[in-house]
Amino acid sequence: MTVESTAARKNTRGGGKRTTAKKASPAKAKTAAQAPAEAEQDQLVQLLTPEGKRVEHPEYAIDLSDEELRGLYRDMVLTRRFDAEATTLQRQGELGLWASLLGQEAAQIGSGRALRDDDYVFPTYREHGVAWCRGVDPTNLLGMFRGVNNGGWDPNSNNFHLYTIVIGSQALHATGYAMGVQKDGADSAVIAYFGDGASSQGDVAESFTFSAVYNAPVVFFCQNNQWAISEPTEKQTRVPLYQRARGYGFPGVRVDGNDVLACLAVTRAALERARAGEGPTLVEAFTYRMGAHTTSDDPTRYRADEEREAWEAKDPILRLRTYLETEGIADQAYLDAIEEESETLGKRVREVVRSMPDPDTMAIFENVYADGHALVDEERAQFAAYQASFVDAEEN
Amino acid sequence: MAVFEKITLSKAINASLRASMEADPKVLVMGEDVGKLGGVFRVTDGLQKDFGEERVIDTPLAESGIVGTAIGMALRGYRPVVEIQFDGFVFPAYDQIVTQLAKMHARALGKIKMPVVIRIPYGGGIGAVEHHSESPEALFAHVAGLKCVSPSNASDAYWMMRQAIESDDPVIYFEPKRRYHDKGRLDTEAIPDPLHAARVAQAGTDVTLAAYGPMVKVCLDVAKVAAEEGKSVEVLDLRSISPMDFDAIQTSVEKTRRLVVVHEAPVFLGSGSEIAARITERCFYHLEAPVLRVGGFHSPYPPSRLEDEYLPGLDRVLDAVDRALAY
Repeated sequence: MTVESTAARKNTRGGGKRTTAKKASPAKAKTAAQAPAEAEQDQLVQLLTPEGKRVEHPEYAIDLSDEELRGLYRDMVLTRRFDAEATTLQRQGELGLWASLLGQEAAQIGSGRALRDDDYVFPTYREHGVAWCRGVDPTNLLGMFRGVNNGGWDPNSNNFHLYTIVIGSQALHATGYAMGVQKDGADSAVIAYFGDGASSQGDVAESFTFSAVYNAPVVFFCQNNQWAISEPTEKQTRVPLYQRARGYGFPGVRVDGNDVLACLAVTRAALERARAGEGPTLVEAFTYRMGAHTTSDDPTRYRADEEREAWEAKDPILRLRTYLETEGIADQAYLDAIEEESETLGKRVREVVRSMPDPDTMAIFENVYADGHALVDEERAQFAAYQASFVDAEEN
Repeated sequence: MAVFEKITLSKAINASLRASMEADPKVLVMGEDVGKLGGVFRVTDGLQKDFGEERVIDTPLAESGIVGTAIGMALRGYRPVVEIQFDGFVFPAYDQIVTQLAKMHARALGKIKMPVVIRIPYGGGIGAVEHHSESPEALFAHVAGLKCVSPSNASDAYWMMRQAIESDDPVIYFEPKRRYHDKGRLDTEAIPDPLHAARVAQAGTDVTLAAYGPMVKVCLDVAKVAAEEGKSVEVLDLRSISPMDFDAIQTSVEKTRRLVVVHEAPVFLGSGSEIAARITERCFYHLEAPVLRVGGFHSPYPPSRLEDEYLPGLDRVLDAVDRALAY
């Protein structure tokens, strides 16, 4: 979002019934809104410009092999392809809902590739790219969106917790898990993903408090994609999000969320800090949700096309591709091969989803409790008998 | 064999926490003021001294944070026992309990367990200010994935806590705070009743009183008075609110043919409503009278000068017994 559009939106939308705000001089209000916005730009850690030019940052150096660079490109392309496929499947009625990550590939792949296998991830519901980095079969992510389960994978097989729908709850789970890691004397780290909207939730504030107080090895990775459904970031906060960390006593850093190299470097540094016993870090990945909040949302009602167009120029995949091509790291044959791989992935996702069976009816009663519960047992038996009565009727 | 002839209910819980922590290094105690202070009711007294700050964790004043981080620690393999300081303070954590803790096992298709115990000192009768005397058990019992229990005496307080901590399911452990100082017998080597089984606290033949937690003592007192009037009252200590031992209630009702349910929580949509409905379904032809309920009113918990009127006492329960017998 540009400074101008922020100020413009404030003038047209803000205020409401607060007459005192209306009385304030517009020029003064604009200055107040503008000053931190300009400071934000200064603070943005960037290693790859929107034009695909490599730049250095004094605190965040990164040296990746050509193979690693190509890998990041592959991850982003395949993740975007998977996401597009899921969006299409929703339009075809195969999924009840989909939350697209379009535009956030760099934030997710960059941070996801900074993780070690023994680190633990607590995602929100849009972290398809992080799931990809964790080796979670992408089709596993679709079960809850198709409505065949409410989670559907074993969090411990890839150290990737279930998607959390209630905004911000998982930040506390991550903090508690990190406190456990600390008690175990392990040197792994934990990362919690959430968005700019979730930053307003009490649970996120409480997780900042707990992690700071206990010095828990957790990284808070906020993808500020500018919009919480229809509410812009300025409806969530009066200060840049990364600056909130200071009030809790740990560092916050804002990174160009469309720059996969910067996201990788900054997250890696934050994870190392956690491992070294230096406590939490808040990373704000400044990015943009190119699509709708979910397939049920209509962003044309609340945001201008120009805004999206401005962000398209910062596309995370495009800029890495430009860099790879310019530097001769990837040739056309390689790029074509990735395209072909993404087609294969799309096809597999389609096939798996379409053949995904509805769960057995009695699954309603499964896993409600670990040790069982008399009422569940009773209702299961009653419902089984009820269903069996239809079978008997048919047989008779 | 450790036998306490006279131990208070709160000290029994303390002994239980201590024994659980000794038995399993993964058991942690968390909450506001649980460390040096030993909790505002001293239930965790001395635990931090003996087990250290790593296992008896004083937390920030943030209930959602307490439960949310306990969930994270359970995911890491710990068995946290968290204290919510008072009943009315649980609501900031209600979201974490209901949307997260209760559903985690099912959402992971059974692959992960949530052995978290949430201790809530609950109920009135101690002359407290508002938010310190409520009985929110029905709000939790209504939620699938949670188990809810409430001991009424020192022995149960000890054993039910040990069993709750051993359970792989989340358990809300409601502590009847006005019974904290009541003394009872405790044998820590005994074979305990199952966690979710009701117990006949007083056998009788004319009418069944079903209660749990703080109301069991009231019902036992009622039985004594009623006996002087020639009425034989059976008192069932339900012990577990979810799951509830309906078989035990049915057995008793088939014998006495009359049932009065007593709890401190408001009657409307309270646990008594569920008991009345189910026992009517199960025992329709045995009942000589409708199932009656005695409990709190559909009002905020009143200021303490009025709580004796609000709480079911001897007279109100005796009145219900008389009404049941009058059919």
